[in-house]
Amino acid sequence: MRPAIWLLAGLALCLFAISLLTGPAGIGPVQAITALFGLGEGPMPIVMREIRLPRAILGFAIGAGLGMTGAAMQGYLRNPLAEPGLIGVSGMAALGAVLAIQTGLSQVSGLALPFAALLGAAGGIALLFMLAGPRGGSITLILSGVAISALAGAGTALVLNLSPNPYAANEIVFWLMGSLADRSMVHVWLALPPMLLGGYMIWRTRRALDALTLGEAAAAALGVSPERLRYQLVVGVALIVGPATAVAGAIGFVGLVVPHILRPLVGARPSALLLAAGLGGAILLLGADISVRLILPERDLKLGVITALIGAPLFLHLIWKTRSGGRL
Amino acid sequence: MWGFVPHSRHWIAIAATWIMISAFAAHAAPKRVVSMNLCTDQIAMMLAAPGQLISVSDLAQDPRMSPMSSQAAAFPINYGRAEEIYLLRPDLVLAGEFASGPTVAMLRRLGLRVEVLPPAETIEAIRHEIKHVGALMGREVAARALLDQFDQELSRVTASRTRGRAALYYANGITSGGNTLAGTILRHAGFDNVADELGIRRTGTLPMELLVMSQPDYLITGAKWPGQSRSEAILDHPALSRIAPNTSHVTDRDWICGTPYILRAIEGLNP
Repeated sequence: MRPAIWLLAGLALCLFAISLLTGPAGIGPVQAITALFGLGEGPMPIVMREIRLPRAILGFAIGAGLGMTGAAMQGYLRNPLAEPGLIGVSGMAALGAVLAIQTGLSQVSGLALPFAALLGAAGGIALLFMLAGPRGGSITLILSGVAISALAGAGTALVLNLSPNPYAANEIVFWLMGSLADRSMVHVWLALPPMLLGGYMIWRTRRALDALTLGEAAAAALGVSPERLRYQLVVGVALIVGPATAVAGAIGFVGLVVPHILRPLVGARPSALLLAAGLGGAILLLGADISVRLILPERDLKLGVITALIGAPLFLHLIWKTRSGGRL
Repeated sequence: MWGFVPHSRHWIAIAATWIMISAFAAHAAPKRVVSMNLCTDQIAMMLAAPGQLISVSDLAQDPRMSPMSSQAAAFPINYGRAEEIYLLRPDLVLAGEFASGPTVAMLRRLGLRVEVLPPAETIEAIRHEIKHVGALMGREVAARALLDQFDQELSRVTASRTRGRAALYYANGITSGGNTLAGTILRHAGFDNVADELGIRRTGTLPMELLVMSQPDYLITGAKWPGQSRSEAILDHPALSRIAPNTSHVTDRDWICGTPYILRAIEGLNP
């Protein structure tokens, strides 16, 4: 387990550095690093510190958050289909964010935006756990997820279409697919603190999630309180997915793909998987964000396009496995 | 010889009819003109005889987009829909190139005369458009007077020296190069356009990194609409205020249409 974690951490840091070095301005690596510490001359420090650094930090943090929430939700629901993007938690967060922006609340206080998104995410995941809690099967989970996603997507589109702003309606794509283009340090300071807190809360549930793999009765016998675990996960997931979606839109499939790929590597135990899935999520999202900048640099290709291109075939593979009698 | 007489009579009759028709046409200036485009609205309002223009587009009354919103308030508005325009019984409809194709086709099928005018993006195109609309409306004298005034004012406001490099930056990171109306305004105000240096001649995306690296002396951003949008949030990015902290300007309604109002936009850029 240890070598795998170190490998993942090294890979994530490499991609973080590549993300800092990727951009249309064509700044050499040495110049980029000096500019990053504010030492270069001219506009380079502004490019590095105000444009590329926030993008790389958000790519790392949001990827890590989505990977970790995916692993935690799959552990709690004991179902490999659980993932914030796919089952509408990100969508509900996007709805909350859009409401905060279009009602003008986000202008009254900067904190209103991540907070509204957090409330949306919390609502989404609470509804999901209620409908498809620990005893619910895959069908219940997917059906409730489809319903929540559809509701959130329709609500987001409705709010944006009602906006007096002519650009708002075109932004439906951003809220459904996600993008990290031209985010600033302001967004980092809005999103990072609650995400760190959420990550800590989820990290603390790892023993309880391990116990739950033995079944609810055994977990209860080991002193795990189901209500407390559920509460911790709802708050933790909302603290991560809400602010992440508020600044980068709803990015799907990261939480689905990453735990699935890493399970053979680090084992299926939730406690082992949480950290690995966090690093894996960071790798996937940083990689996706670097590729959108390399494939179509001028078009602001959405992150969700890349993650879905990777995630959807895997999803189909999961379905294929269940159909042919394999265990999910 | 005998055969020629009736023949020449025939020709005389044709020539006489033709002279009558063309004389009639010269006097038959359209009496009910409807404009369905913000830009043709303005030129038509400047040129029309009293009572000749019977409707302008709804945008003409929007003070955010129309420099002539107060004048436009005196006219009934239309929303560019075929039905309402047909019911106004116009004898000339002025439409912009962005008018909905099916609407224009429908109006023509109904027998209306629809003139589609391209957007004017250069001084030459603006002069041509004024002359063209003047001819269409039978208001050549008014058009000539407007052109004379335009030429005088233009030579007054055009900057005589280069005043530095300016960048245009709108929502979604869009910029305008030299072959656009905004580029024309910049050039006459004495600015070199950063977009031209980067090879953007028309309208295109300018990555923020390249904008920052180009270090413009002057930054001109798009006006914001009511309500909030993520597309416009890019204009609040901290990096933008760092490159041109004190030298910025916001485009307004005078920048939208190729009309003599661009003179006001050029003058607004003067120190």
